[in-house]
Amino acid sequence: MDRIPILKLGGTLIVTIQVDMHDRLALALEEDLTAMIARTGARGVLIEISALEIVDSFIGRMLVSIAAVSRVLDAETVLAGMRPAVAITLVELGLELTGIRTALNVERGMALLKARLPEDRAGHWSERDGLED
Amino acid sequence: MTVSKTETIPVRSGDDVVRVRQRVRALAIDIGLGLVDQTKIITAASELARNTLDYGGGGEVRAEIVQAGTRKGLRLTFEDQGPGIVDIEQAMTDHYTSGKGLGLGLGGAKRLSNEFQIESSPGVGTRVMITRWK
Ligand SMILES: Nc1ncnc2c1ncn2[C@@H]1O[C@H](COP(=O)(O)OP(=O)(O)OP(=O)(O)O)[C@@H](O)[C@H]1O
Ligand SMILES: [Mg+2]
Repeated sequence: MDRIPILKLGGTLIVTIQVDMHDRLALALEEDLTAMIARTGARGVLIEISALEIVDSFIGRMLVSIAAVSRVLDAETVLAGMRPAVAITLVELGLELTGIRTALNVERGMALLKARLPEDRAGHWSERDGLED
Repeated sequence: MTVSKTETIPVRSGDDVVRVRQRVRALAIDIGLGLVDQTKIITAASELARNTLDYGGGGEVRAEIVQAGTRKGLRLTFEDQGPGIVDIEQAMTDHYTSGKGLGLGLGGAKRLSNEFQIESSPGVGTRVMITRWK
């Protein structure tokens, strides 16, 4: 089965969703992310969705659920790069992304998460320290 | 109103739901819907296709390009022979779900479409028709 790769950058896990996710793939991502937060002690999760053409209630539920589990594991979730058309549609659909912070792009998303990192790590932010998995 | 193009897409699996989104997108572009309207109709279609699969036990979507005067539209009809819906008003209410959803699919699909019709008979099945006009 396909899986969406998860990149570890400092204390943050980064996921770029590039495909039209079918349901199994979405569920696998949720499992993989949760396992990886627990294993690495990551403090932040950045999900980049600029390639996503739609966010429906299924994907929305998955994102909310990832954020909720992450929070329990002391990691914050930021959703970056949502297309304007997707944002407009989400509001009309009635979906509230409870517990998820959003950022216009990856750069701003990283800045949000950086504020949460312990001092000693923040200095190495732009380096790729530890490319696991 | 005339129908200038019809295609039928099965909804039997999660992959079919992805296919429905892709076909709806292609047809929406065909009739010249703008990006926001494309996104709205694809999202509505995704919700309804998933309902057809999850609650209706599978079924199909008929996608039609319709024309009324000079206006073009995309009409989608989701049909299943599943258990049907006993209380449609309740099902249409935001946040009502009989499963583990958010209960936003039906209400959301209605808001994202220009026209919305639902018919359902317990034991017979469910049909939902939406139209988005250019
Ligand atoms: N095709 C169908 N056949 C039978 N029941 C249906 C069908 N479509 C919807 N329903 C019923 O209507 C309810 C509301 O549907 P709706 O799509 O609004 O929410 P949901 O599917 O439960 O959650 P969400 O779509 O937010 O993930 C469903 O929980 C189900 O009980
Ligand atoms: Mg639904």
